[in-house]
Amino acid sequence: MSTLALEKQPTRHIPDKLSTPAGRILGSWETLLAAVAISIFIANSFASPHFLDPWNLSDATYNFTEKAMIAFAMTLLIISGEIDLSVAAIIALASTAMGAAAQAGFQTPALVGIGLGAGLLCGAFNGLLVARVGLPSIVVTIGTMSLFRGIAQIVLGDQAYGGYPASFAWFGQGYMSDFSWWPALPGFEVVTFEMVAFVILALAFGILLHWTAFGRRIYAIGNNAFAAQFSGIPVQRTKFILFLMTGLMSGFAAVCLTSRLGSTRHTIAAGWELEVVTMAVLGGVSILGGSGTIPGVVLAAIVMGLVTFGLGLLNVPGIVMSIFIGLLLILVIALPIVIRRIRSKAAA
Amino acid sequence: MSVVQAVPESQTPLLEMRGISKSFPGVKALDQVDVTLHPGTVTALIGENGAGKSTLVKILTGIYQPDGGEIVVSGAPVHFANAEAAIRSGITAIHQETVLFDELSVAENIFLGHAPRNRLGLVNWGAMNARAAALLTSIDAPISPYTRLKDLSIAHRHLVAIARALSVEARVVIMDEPTAALSYKEVEDLFQIIERLKRQGKAILFISHKFEEVYQIADRFVVFRDGRSIGAGMLSQTGQDEIVRMMVGRSVEHVFPKVDVAIGSTVLNVSGYSHPTEFNEVSFDLRRGEILGLYGLVGAGRSEFCQALFGITRPSAGTIELEGRRIDIRSPADAIAAGIVYVPEERGRHGAVLQMPIFQNMSMATLGSTTRVGFLHQAEEFALARRYAERLDLRAAALSVPVGTLSGGNQQKVVIGKWLATRPKVIILDEPTKGIDIGSKAAVHAFMSELAGEGLSVIMVSSELPEILGMSDRVLVMREGRMAGMWQRDGLDAEVLVRAATGNM
Repeated sequence: MSTLALEKQPTRHIPDKLSTPAGRILGSWETLLAAVAISIFIANSFASPHFLDPWNLSDATYNFTEKAMIAFAMTLLIISGEIDLSVAAIIALASTAMGAAAQAGFQTPALVGIGLGAGLLCGAFNGLLVARVGLPSIVVTIGTMSLFRGIAQIVLGDQAYGGYPASFAWFGQGYMSDFSWWPALPGFEVVTFEMVAFVILALAFGILLHWTAFGRRIYAIGNNAFAAQFSGIPVQRTKFILFLMTGLMSGFAAVCLTSRLGSTRHTIAAGWELEVVTMAVLGGVSILGGSGTIPGVVLAAIVMGLVTFGLGLLNVPGIVMSIFIGLLLILVIALPIVIRRIRSKAAA
Repeated sequence: MSVVQAVPESQTPLLEMRGISKSFPGVKALDQVDVTLHPGTVTALIGENGAGKSTLVKILTGIYQPDGGEIVVSGAPVHFANAEAAIRSGITAIHQETVLFDELSVAENIFLGHAPRNRLGLVNWGAMNARAAALLTSIDAPISPYTRLKDLSIAHRHLVAIARALSVEARVVIMDEPTAALSYKEVEDLFQIIERLKRQGKAILFISHKFEEVYQIADRFVVFRDGRSIGAGMLSQTGQDEIVRMMVGRSVEHVFPKVDVAIGSTVLNVSGYSHPTEFNEVSFDLRRGEILGLYGLVGAGRSEFCQALFGITRPSAGTIELEGRRIDIRSPADAIAAGIVYVPEERGRHGAVLQMPIFQNMSMATLGSTTRVGFLHQAEEFALARRYAERLDLRAAALSVPVGTLSGGNQQKVVIGKWLATRPKVIILDEPTKGIDIGSKAAVHAFMSELAGEGLSVIMVSSELPEILGMSDRVLVMREGRMAGMWQRDGLDAEVLVRAATGNM
């Protein structure tokens, strides 16, 4: 037998893109989230007379800024097909390190360096075990979750570190209007340092993920690590860098949170890992890897912040909030699957 | 062992599908097709990819329900609500994705779901193993029922799948591309088994892209094109050209497009390349514009060798010289930088990221040249994708659709395009036309010639002898990880290659 050559067909023109129907944009997850955010905002303003106060709103941003910083890095990590459940424990360890350093008399710049450095080291440890040794990240980071917080607990016991330098408080409590160059426009006086950090990090991570070759490689790895490797993409090195980033962002969150609270206990940021993962998943990041966007996660952070704040204004106790977060997590994971099932049933 | 015998037309069909139709949103997958299977007969189902073959198989096995038409088994109309109903009617299918369980024994795999029970309702292990052994013997399979499935070769897994089909008293056996992953010798063994099933009066529906095999094993044929049954009849009375005309609906040339090109100086020199377990002492020269065929049985170490050349695995000894310069390849990135690229055998697993758009796949290995200090430049990505899409005659709705929505042949074109964009010196194609339809196959072959004509050196791994014979300037045969010989294009002989590959020198 031999194979057959067909007559040469004339070259066909292939368009770059198909026209996107308006319905597709309207039906996107990001649009849905934005609508939810606006509805909650309106509902909150009716539910409580204090909600629309600018200083209250400014306070409300603390509900999501620190978690969102980690969620941005976590988004990249989850898209690449890995996960880091030790982020809250990294905060505990980094905060403990800063507390110990503050007791030893270190000043603010050194404390910030120690917090970031501790986060980076923890990230490197996770990254090494996953990318070098080849262990599954969910197992590794469940392990380091206990390990990192365990160290904090041994060091602190029932005690708390306090006595941070006064200037250290600025990261978690400061307003941008402390700077003379900050414009004195109405409404600008309530902008906190954390809010600005949130915006800058959102832009930085958004650009990194969506506009650079590095971001493209993350999607390739998450969708098909083999094909990525066979395309010359350094899969393990990329994953290692993503663990470093997640560690660094956890360290930064530790600086902000410790500064805001003014003290460190070993239970600091307990349960945050789930809220961070929930934020990413609510933002449309597939828990299986390969898809998700930073704009989605930004919106999800705002939605979660508004919900928490609204429930707080209505004096809903904390335990109800954690029930709510749990339900939200299940709902956002189940929703796309249920919708797909309904659609395919309608199609059949 | 070609057995093409006339089956009397009077014989009652075992299974008839009449006027079967099936639509999916936007596509009419099957339009009033007729297929008839007779006992003791192998019927080949022939058609290009997308002709509706797999939809028909899914209807026959109860996975899809037809929109119209009827299925008649032994004269009685049947309706398969699900896969179990099809199995109860004696219809089973063996295909590459046949679900088998790695951690279970061969006997457990064969009898999963219908294991013999003892009086207490527990699995009767003795009876199960004995019956499994008997089934395996009946098809001459040299496999112990106690072996874990994961310890078997692909060919032996196929035999287990066949034994499983027989364990449910199948009367109709559907084989969907059963030889795709098998070597020459293993295909021969499979055909022996098919002959045996024929003698037992089973009706066999055999789906294959390989004409050679179809003519060797099948008695009757049905040709599908664009969801319709175009023709059916006896293979002994029908020429290959006629069947091809039915398949493609237009007249076709019947040649390999390998054109003779001037072969230049040595580009690649591999010397004593070895791996601790997979291959040993592989040495050869590759010259500019040359196509080197790499032939051997599955498991001969060809892919493993090529992957080491591409930096996926590290060799334990040996050297590579590229254009006279010694190079050290530690990762695919090193190989790409040096100008050696590899189109893997498993397109969906290793070749393309199916969920991502065409243009992103095309630029994946050249992100350095379509970016500005690390920032993506979409217009350039599209320009690059368009350049290679047009050169390869890619068929797609748009460059931004996911690669997974394309046919196998077009997926392969995307993977090849990705590598050409890196402007390689040596391209390694691992089973480049495996499982793709005739039209795309010819396009890939023509393109290979064109690349060689432009001075690219090609290493082509293939298990298809006609492809090796038709396309190679020289053929390197590997057997059990070692070189079994090297032959020039002139005077290439199929038998010599097969003997070298199997060790019957």
